[in-house]
Amino acid sequence: MTSLPFIVLIPFVGALVASWAGTQGRLWSAWAAGAVTLASLALLTAPAIGVLQGETYLWHMQWVPQLGLSLAFRLDGLALLFALMILGIGLLVILYARYYLADQDPMGRFFAYMLLFMGSMLGLVMSENLIQLLMFWELTSISSFLLISYWRHLGEARQGARMALAITGGGGLALLGGILLLGEITGSYELSVILSSADIIQASPLYVPALLLILLGVFTKSAQFPFHFWLPHAMAAPTPVSAYLHSATMVKAGVFLLARLFPAMSDSVWWTSIVAPIGLATMVIGAYTALFKHDLKGLLAYSTISHLGLITLLFGIGTPLAAVAAVFHIMNHATFKASLFMAAGIIDHEAGTRDMRRLAGLWKFMPYTGLLAMVAAAAMAGVPLLNGFLSKEMFFEKTFSIATINPGTWVLPAFATLAGAFAVAYSLRFIHDVFFNGEAADLPRTPHEPTRWMKVPVEVLVIICIAVGLFPGLTFGPLLAVAAGATLQGPLPYYSLKVWHGFTPALGMSAIALLGGTFIYAIRKPLFRLHERSVGRLDARTVFLWLEAGLMRAAAWLDHLLHRPSLQRMLAITIGAAVVVIAVGAWGIDLAPRVAMTPLDPVGLAAALCLIVGALGTVVLHRRRFTALVMLSVVGLIVALAFIKLSAPDLALTQLSVEIVTIVLLLLALFFLSGTTPAESSLWRRARDAALAIAAGTLTAGLTWAVLIRPYESISGWFLENSVPGGGGTNVVNVILVDFRGFDTLGEITVLAIAAIGIYMLLDGLRLDAPRTDSRGRPWSWDEYPLILSTFSRLLLPLALLVAVFILLRGHNLPGGGFIAGLIAAVALTMQYLANGIAWTRPRISGKLNPLIGMGLLVATSTGLASWYFGYPFLTSAHDHFHLPLIGDLELASAMLFDVGVLMVVVGITLVILIRLGELDALGRSRSRQGEE
Amino acid sequence: MEGLISIAVGVMTACGVYLLLRARTFPVVLGLTLLSYAVNLFLFAMGRLTIGAPAIIDPERDIYTDPLPQALVLTAIVIGFGMTAFAVVLALRAKADLGNDHVDGKKR
Repeated sequence: MTSLPFIVLIPFVGALVASWAGTQGRLWSAWAAGAVTLASLALLTAPAIGVLQGETYLWHMQWVPQLGLSLAFRLDGLALLFALMILGIGLLVILYARYYLADQDPMGRFFAYMLLFMGSMLGLVMSENLIQLLMFWELTSISSFLLISYWRHLGEARQGARMALAITGGGGLALLGGILLLGEITGSYELSVILSSADIIQASPLYVPALLLILLGVFTKSAQFPFHFWLPHAMAAPTPVSAYLHSATMVKAGVFLLARLFPAMSDSVWWTSIVAPIGLATMVIGAYTALFKHDLKGLLAYSTISHLGLITLLFGIGTPLAAVAAVFHIMNHATFKASLFMAAGIIDHEAGTRDMRRLAGLWKFMPYTGLLAMVAAAAMAGVPLLNGFLSKEMFFEKTFSIATINPGTWVLPAFATLAGAFAVAYSLRFIHDVFFNGEAADLPRTPHEPTRWMKVPVEVLVIICIAVGLFPGLTFGPLLAVAAGATLQGPLPYYSLKVWHGFTPALGMSAIALLGGTFIYAIRKPLFRLHERSVGRLDARTVFLWLEAGLMRAAAWLDHLLHRPSLQRMLAITIGAAVVVIAVGAWGIDLAPRVAMTPLDPVGLAAALCLIVGALGTVVLHRRRFTALVMLSVVGLIVALAFIKLSAPDLALTQLSVEIVTIVLLLLALFFLSGTTPAESSLWRRARDAALAIAAGTLTAGLTWAVLIRPYESISGWFLENSVPGGGGTNVVNVILVDFRGFDTLGEITVLAIAAIGIYMLLDGLRLDAPRTDSRGRPWSWDEYPLILSTFSRLLLPLALLVAVFILLRGHNLPGGGFIAGLIAAVALTMQYLANGIAWTRPRISGKLNPLIGMGLLVATSTGLASWYFGYPFLTSAHDHFHLPLIGDLELASAMLFDVGVLMVVVGITLVILIRLGELDALGRSRSRQGEE
Repeated sequence: MEGLISIAVGVMTACGVYLLLRARTFPVVLGLTLLSYAVNLFLFAMGRLTIGAPAIIDPERDIYTDPLPQALVLTAIVIGFGMTAFAVVLALRAKADLGNDHVDGKKR
């Protein structure tokens, strides 16, 4: 069925449309939202007819098959039931909201969020893949957060939204864990597979953890005890949102998942002994608390909690008949609760308050709304001839029949009747306190009947309540049959949708509930006093806020512990952690040599001694910065020598030229940074750092040794064999750089270019005052540039550049290449600045070298792209022999062009950095000289 | 020779780490440079030590050193320069904007 994804997609696209329409005119977004919902509904019609005839539609598309993730939708009876509720009640809520929202409320935003939620919810109920289901599940949490906090200026709206997000989001995390375990057990995330592998799932040792995690998701979403407290606080949302999310859709997502996974997971003791008690507790606590809420919406919220508990209890009982009753009650609760929320919204809208202590006698002003509310409240109370009565009757009967089979479970019918009695009491209160009960004294507004169209959605829902109550088989019958069938994934048990079953125990329970509820309401005043002095003082919100604040404090404490704004401290922690991790991992490795050692020679030993002295000297003398720099350069040179010794001429050349550039750079910087480092670290600090340093050094030395003494296998044989035939060059290192791994090199020069941009930006507009004196307080002397050096450097420049070209050209076959040639050229040019000064050099060498970097990147990239033109993969190289007069036979590879690009980038970057910094020096120097004069 | 290289890597790492933990920017830059020497040599040593057999194809020779770590280290050296340059300029900028060269920008 190809229309399935579009049913879900349309609201998401519609959210953008509604948001845009809202900028065109206030009401346009409402029209757009209505049209979008109708379009989705229209698309649903054709498959709906099929589903009602017993079909199940699937739509499947590969997404990330490696992860078992696919884009898959499923429309069976259960999904159809929910989709109809989402779209049908959604349409009514949109109509209602268009009249409910005040002039100053931005409508575009509201309807965009509504449609976002609608799409998420549709996606949730129509998902075939469980991971996809989870994504939509999280989307409903996020969009409901946006909807609850719609009135951003209200503190309680923000807090309620945050609480709802924290609880349902946390549950979503648990659900993810559960779903992953379920996928682990069955090897698939597809519902078709999971629903038919109940035996495998329930036999698995992972069944219990998976069940617990999934139930955590379900209970948080459907506001089950002890996670129920977020729902009353979500009542800070605009009433249309409550009517939609908190009666028919969002909170039903949890029980939807119970229904969805019912065939796969319900047949176990664990299921019954967790789900049923939680449902029972939620039902009783919700019903009890609802009576004592003075806020109309608070009453409805706790009533919703109670009804959700009832549905959960029915699923928890676990028999097919109980599941049918649960599905039936989902349908009935959605209709009467949505209409009651809308009625509460109308009362709030017209009377200006929702507080039942202030409201009274509204019947005089709005008898029609009163009538609608009375019918809906009667349905909620379970009065015969209305839909709420039917499913409640099924529920009572179920609890009673269990109690007759197993006498130990008599609590079930007893508590069911008690909750029923409280439901009657709070329904009575909803009507009597608001519409009768004397005269209202201090209403903010004089109430009157609302606009005609605001009542239409309520009317529609109330008519459904009555119609279902009178003719259940004709109205909800077919839909209930397919929805229950899809829930059970098997044959339906016998059930009868009749209004009159004769004098049954269930009828007796209903009668007791009605009479008891009336009695409870009659003695409400002493009950209120009792409640306020006892249970009413408990507030889950306080606990939540206390926990939340505690969590924040703990986070702040941890943050403060680890993340003081101190680089030294953080580096010490990082290095310390690395040392510990490596030490633990490397503990006890074998350090005895297994291969023949390379012989040691006196020159090598002497060089190593120089290196160690240089490195230690850098540390010991680090406070005298210039000396330390000289020491450092010794280390760099020895490393270059080591590369020569160990058969790495390319590395030696690179290291040597980088060394020069680095030292020049550090010298330039040293001019601005003072020449000495003050001694400020405490002895303890120095000892700690030394200990860390020695630990790190010992570990790396040990690791190096451990690697070097082990036998060696390498993938380099391939490179050595293919360098000449495949890359056309005998210098394998260079061929790897520009050919085999050319893409890496392209990435690396791009990184360099980015670093250059960063440096350029940092230097832009930098103003540093040069120190007047050196570190010992002696004034700078302003020598002219040495004549011999400047003369020779000018003479040598062409020669040096020629060397660079030579190195570049031979790079493919002998040590050399773009990196080295670039560095040599850069050093040669830098030399001019050093020897002749900025003033002389600047007009002679263009200062604008930035374009060179970009051009270099372009050359390198287009060399790669050129191979596309010839139908080869990116950066494939070609090579051939050329015979040039005078020079002779020359083998040229297209990789050479790539190397030219590398050269340009390297030259550009080095010069940009050095020249910019040098100019800064010159500027600082001239300023400081002016200061002297 | 293996032991010598190991010791050299260890000493350079230790010195680099110690300087990295100093409170002023310039020693930190020195430390970074020392550390990058150590890292480069370490990575290079992963291809084992070979004397007198550079990876330049010669029909009369059949022993070559491993070219792959060399290619990796070659770019690492150049990128290391880029990083040092960035750190140096950052230090200068910090000095210019904050008036001191403490790594946390605070005066003592």
